[in-house]
Amino acid sequence: MDAALFYFFAAVAVVAAVVVVSQRNPIYSAFALVVTLCSLAAIFGLLGSPFIAAVQVIVYAGAIMVLFLFVLMLLNVRREVDRPGGRDRILAGVGLALVTLLVLQAGTVLLGSRRAPAADFDASTTEMAKILFSPVFLYAFEATAILILAALVGAVVLAKKEL
Amino acid sequence: MIDDPLLKVLPFAVLLMPLAGFVVLALFGDWIRRDKEETGAGILACVTVLVSFGLAAWTTVRLYGLVAGPSRLRFSQPYLGFEWMEAGGFRVPFSLLVDPLSCVMMLVVTGVGALIHVYSLGYMAHDEERVPYFSYLNLFTFFMLLLVLGGNLPLMFVGWEGVGLCSYLLIGFWYRKQSASAAGLKAFVVNRVGDVGLILGMAFMFHALGTLDLVDIADNAGSLAPEALGELGPATIACLLLFLGATGKSAQIPLHVWLPDAMEGPTPVSALIHAATMVTAGVYMVARLGPLYHVSETAMTTVAVVGAATALMAATIALVQTDIKRVLAYSTVSQLGYMFLACGVGAFGVGIFHLYTHAFFKALLFLGSGSVIHALSGEQDLRRMGGLWRRIPWTFGTFVVGALAIAGIPPLAGFFSKDEILLAAIGRPVLFGLGLFTALLTSFYMARLVFLAFFGSFRGGREAEHHVHESPWVMLFPLVLLAIGSAVAGFVRIPRVVAPVLRLEEHGVHHVAWLPVVATLTAVAGILVAYYLYQAVPGLRARLAPALRPALRLFEAKYHWDDVYDGFVRRVVVGGSEKVLWTRFDAGLIDGAVNGIGALTAALARTLRPVQTGLVRHYALLVLAGAVALLGWVFWS
Amino acid sequence: MDHASFVNHAVLLSLILFSIGTLGVFLRRNAITVLMCVELMLNGVNLAFVAFSRQWGTLDGQVLVFFVMVVAAAEASVGLAIIIALHRHKDTLDLDAFDLMKG
Repeated sequence: MDAALFYFFAAVAVVAAVVVVSQRNPIYSAFALVVTLCSLAAIFGLLGSPFIAAVQVIVYAGAIMVLFLFVLMLLNVRREVDRPGGRDRILAGVGLALVTLLVLQAGTVLLGSRRAPAADFDASTTEMAKILFSPVFLYAFEATAILILAALVGAVVLAKKEL
Repeated sequence: MIDDPLLKVLPFAVLLMPLAGFVVLALFGDWIRRDKEETGAGILACVTVLVSFGLAAWTTVRLYGLVAGPSRLRFSQPYLGFEWMEAGGFRVPFSLLVDPLSCVMMLVVTGVGALIHVYSLGYMAHDEERVPYFSYLNLFTFFMLLLVLGGNLPLMFVGWEGVGLCSYLLIGFWYRKQSASAAGLKAFVVNRVGDVGLILGMAFMFHALGTLDLVDIADNAGSLAPEALGELGPATIACLLLFLGATGKSAQIPLHVWLPDAMEGPTPVSALIHAATMVTAGVYMVARLGPLYHVSETAMTTVAVVGAATALMAATIALVQTDIKRVLAYSTVSQLGYMFLACGVGAFGVGIFHLYTHAFFKALLFLGSGSVIHALSGEQDLRRMGGLWRRIPWTFGTFVVGALAIAGIPPLAGFFSKDEILLAAIGRPVLFGLGLFTALLTSFYMARLVFLAFFGSFRGGREAEHHVHESPWVMLFPLVLLAIGSAVAGFVRIPRVVAPVLRLEEHGVHHVAWLPVVATLTAVAGILVAYYLYQAVPGLRARLAPALRPALRLFEAKYHWDDVYDGFVRRVVVGGSEKVLWTRFDAGLIDGAVNGIGALTAALARTLRPVQTGLVRHYALLVLAGAVALLGWVFWS
Repeated sequence: MDHASFVNHAVLLSLILFSIGTLGVFLRRNAITVLMCVELMLNGVNLAFVAFSRQWGTLDGQVLVFFVMVVAAAEASVGLAIIIALHRHKDTLDLDAFDLMKG
């Protein structure tokens, strides 16, 4: 049952990803990306990580993509200017080749393991909290708070019309 | 070897006196000029050389006074206590060599040198820059003494170069005169060419014998295998190369061209450097290395042939010279040829003997000509002289003694030494014939000189005739002493004195009875022919001239040596440098390479610049490519 | 959850998503779209981490995913702010128009 759900959401994610990359209108790309993100959240859940799934929806799909849409609306972007260029095709060709190579290399490594998934896997929020606030990750956790603050200030400064 | 403390110190004192004179005069020259003490400076210079002569005499007496060891060879090797160079098996100590040969040379250099210093007091009395002049003379004396006293070839070479330097300074002494400074430069450069041979010769010498010490060379030369004519053994090569250096210093073919031009210098300089001492350095060196030269038949033959050829050629050129000093200059070249001829046939001692007698009468002749020039207020052209025997009797008298000596009239010194040379060459008919014929020419051109300068009517004009005056006693005194020397010096048996040094057997001199007679008759014949041509029959010369035109023209052109050298230097050296080495190599190749690197870098940059498109997308692609490559490398290694 | 046999396939999915994102990054000319493709790549990576975390049974992968998301948020906001500034300057979002560093 889980497997079937997984394959379904995987298919959705891939299709949506292709839409993201191929659509001329960036608004459509944004919506497609949201779909991908939500599918991924579902897959996270299927993989036994409810906390991450929730964070994915709340932060990624809910905040980041909303930000994207805001900016898109603000800048009033419509269609991308169509400029056919031989260069673009060469680029595409080279890029495709490189990506293929990448996939082959990485895939061989990543997919090589025949290990069975662990039996007792507890990734509930409680466990996540235990580990996040443990001395191992506590410092990094607090540091990310500072990071967000810095990003906030930076974004405000950069986007202002006059300082 | 004699181990005597005094003999270890005296030679250094002999060396250092003139050097001290030079240093004092060089350092305090300005004060001397300011206080108008130039005469004192000159006297100081004379004193240092006189003291040096005294010390040299003392050394000689002591050398002979002490009992010699089992071998007849008496010598001492004073050592300054440290080495000049030391590298592996190569050792050059600061040591001198005092033996009969170096004593003879030492006495000649300091003795004749002292007389010339004294003479210069009078000759240069009116010259503004006599302080540098005397300092150079002292410096020259020091270097010449180092040359003859040096115990090994490198030290000798230091003296060799040093006298070359002083020669340059003194020839070009009146440097404001274009021809004088050119002559100085010519002397130095030509000498330098010869020095290439000298340095290479020293290297070969070390390679062949493993030592550059003069005593060791003489000792070891005997153990070398003789090298036949045409065989290029190590001894032959070394001797030939060293002889090249000797031709430069002693003005033999092909490097003789500098000596006549050197007459631009003051006459005492010509007397000292180009008659009595410096030019004899080549002969001294060849004689010193006599035992080594004996090994190589090629070298001996070369020396003899070059000597004889030079003697003849120079004598013919002297026949047509009109400048009184030029006649004497070519005469010097010719007499030096005689000395080499003697060495070349194995009679090294005789060569030294002629060196010794020649120092007397040639110095006398030069100083005498200086006296004539002084009397005529600077005139040097024979065509404007004449009838001077009455006006300057002392000069005339001493000059005639010198002329008779060089011509070989007995019992003057030149007769003995020239006779010995001819005797030594008697086994080689061609060389002997050349020597005899040259003797005829020698007496002829000397007689011509005397007749033109001192006899007949004065051809120099009214004005000059009024001013003719005899030289001061400070100039006449050396002349008289040298005249006495030219008369009696021949009675000292120099060959026997130096024979042990040269490792020569004092072979029973096989007297050829007719030789002295023939030689004397030749000399007299030369004088008589000159008398006829220049005195007795006035029109004879004009009548004979057309027949002899071609030969005379060759002599006047000095056999075109200077033209050839000039053409060579101008076309090959200068032209080659400008057109090939400068334009093609320096500017083209080297500058081109350097500039080319710059141009290459720029071209390379220009080719690579399009990679920077400024577009982020392309850069992203490059990042991806890098990542893939890295991954692949990690993956597949 | 019990055996998640599709873990390996999840990794494969992550690879696919990542490569699609990569293609998008240098094929699209609109700056915002490029940013979105970067987000896609990041998500692919997140998926891989979660999958491996599941496989090995440790929570380190999950923690890392958490941090990646935080950083992605920060990066997206700053990046968008930059894009706004760029738009203000040149009135276009075409990346090819920004070639001042050419040559």
